[in-house]
This record gives sequence, structure tokens and C-alpha cells, in this order.
Amino acid sequence: MDRALLEALNGERAQRRAAVVVTKIASGTQRLVREAEITADPLSEAIEKTIRSGKSGIVETDDGEVFLNVHLPPARIVAIGAVHISQALAPMAKIAGFDIEIIDPRTAFASAERFPNVALHATWPEDVLKERPFDPYTAVCVITHDPKIDDFPLIAALKTGCFYVGALGSRKTHAKRVERLTEAGLSPAAIARIEAPIGADIGAANPGEIAVAILASVIEAFRKRKMFAERRGETEAA
Amino acid sequence: MAEPNVQNLDVLTTAERWAGEGRAIALATVVETWGSAPRPTGSHLVIDADGNFEGSVSGGCVEGAVVSEALDVIDAGVAKMLEFGVADETAWRVGLSCGGRIRVYVEKVN
Repeated sequence: MDRALLEALNGERAQRRAAVVVTKIASGTQRLVREAEITADPLSEAIEKTIRSGKSGIVETDDGEVFLNVHLPPARIVAIGAVHISQALAPMAKIAGFDIEIIDPRTAFASAERFPNVALHATWPEDVLKERPFDPYTAVCVITHDPKIDDFPLIAALKTGCFYVGALGSRKTHAKRVERLTEAGLSPAAIARIEAPIGADIGAANPGEIAVAILASVIEAFRKRKMFAERRGETEAA
Repeated sequence: MAEPNVQNLDVLTTAERWAGEGRAIALATVVETWGSAPRPTGSHLVIDADGNFEGSVSGGCVEGAVVSEALDVIDAGVAKMLEFGVADETAWRVGLSCGGRIRVYVEKVN
């Protein structure tokens, strides 16, 4: 492998973009195919399939064996709300292998003391998303209950096609939320993607249990490849 | 509570850093698996000329053999394909106790 290729690959990974390293086994020749270059690539069909499944492997071509090594962005959880549930969710998410970030403009909640060793943004989601937008490999959990904080990232998550979108709140709270999102112009299908009440239905009753329920839902959506619109039963992203 | 530094666990970032330090390195990649294999295709192990390594291509069963082959690859500059099967002293020098089979591609990083 050329160092230039290695550096370019790591660059794509740092930018949270999918990339595939194509290696001809017999000759050892290699090339990097970036997300945006896939459709124009001679092996586009095989590469697409590899990206969809997330599984690297050897394909037989006219040139002999070719190894496709797919590098997808690591799954990331963004929690809107530096609340009690997030304090439990942050260490659990890390143990399960997810990157986690927490956003909450209320500085009393979003303090380093409450969230040691966690990527914490004590500012409005609008400002964070300008610098670090959501992508399909992001799970978004909105858990402040406050529409002023929750609604913007919720709409952004649905428009981006994030692989998981969940919102905390009672059925009554969610009914009001649905009204606001409908007024904001979101389709019923898009709104239906929100998991509310948030998390797997395990009767979770306290912050730690709710964090487990949320993580279970996120893992299910991740393993069922919900970052791809067709795997959500859509022809294209909402 | 001590937590592993996830940054250090990223093999390709480690490879880039080692190459940047002027170390001669090889990259080993699982390209094919059959049956029960401990690490999925695409898994990497990076090795330097002194035999230091990061990452994994199995559950620790064949890394030793891969590292020694990688030293040859670093010397000769020619990529190699290795194959490991079930641990069996008569058939394999080293192998996988889990009963699977893997192919590992070892290449020099230039």
C-alpha cells in the first residue's frame, strides 16, 4: 500500500465518508474509491453491494480476484440533552463501540463534571450542526423534552436520514411534537421514523434502564443497516 | 475507571503514524474467511521491522506467524498471501482453534 493511499483513506475516514480500497490480488495494485466516485467506477456494482452490507470480501472479475475492503464511518450517537439518562448512556455507548457526543445549551446540565471524558457541546444544536452535521451513520436521540432545543436537531436528523432517530416523551408530548413537525412541513412517513417513546419496549423505569433501552434500539437499527433508505422501506431518504 | 484509548486501537491511524515516523511497516489484512473465523474480512494488523504490532487478524492464534512473515515482506518488498486453517500440528504450523480458515494478505507500506 502506498503511504499516499493510506493517508487519503484515513482522511476520508476522519471526514466520516465511506471509502473502499480495491486490491488486485495477483498484481497487488491498489486504488482508493471514495464515496462520490463509486458510480463512475468499473466495479461500481460490486462496490455498492459491499457498502450496503458493510462486509469486505473478494470478488471475481475478468482481471482475477479483487479484494474490496470497505471502510464505513464508525457509528456515532448524538444525544440532545445532557440529562440523567445521557450520563448513563455515555459510558454504555462507548463500551458497545459507539462514538458518543452530547449537546445541550444549558450549561448547568452540560458540565464536564457531570460528563467526564465525553465529547460535550454546551451550546445550541444549531451551532454544533453547522460544524459537525449529522450523517446517515449517526443515531440521534433527543431527550431534553424542550421543543426549543429538541425540534431543530430532530428535523435535521430526519432530513439527513440518520440510521436511528428517537425522541423522549410521553405519548401526549409526542402528539404535540408530531403537530409541530407536520407544521414544519415534514411528511407523515418521515415523522413515523421517530421512535417515541424512545428505546426498546422493556419497561425501562429509571435513567440507567432507559439508557439500556435506547442503546438496544440504536444497535438494532445499526445492525439492520437502517442508514440505507431502502432498508427502511423507502425508495430515497426522507 | 481506566478506559482503553480508542485512538490507539485504530490500526490504520497507527500505520500512518508509524510510517510518518520513518518506520518500515507492513499491513496484514484478512481478505477471506471460511467457517468460524475470529475476525471479519477487512481486519488489519500493522507490523514494523522490529516486530512491533497493533491490531489483529485472529483472536491471537496466528498473529505470531503473520508478524514473522511480515518481516520478510518488509525486507523483500513483495506482498504475500497467507492461509491458516484449523490448528493441527501435522497440517499447519499454527492455526485457528475455532475451526475456521482465513486468508491474510500481507503487503509493505511504501
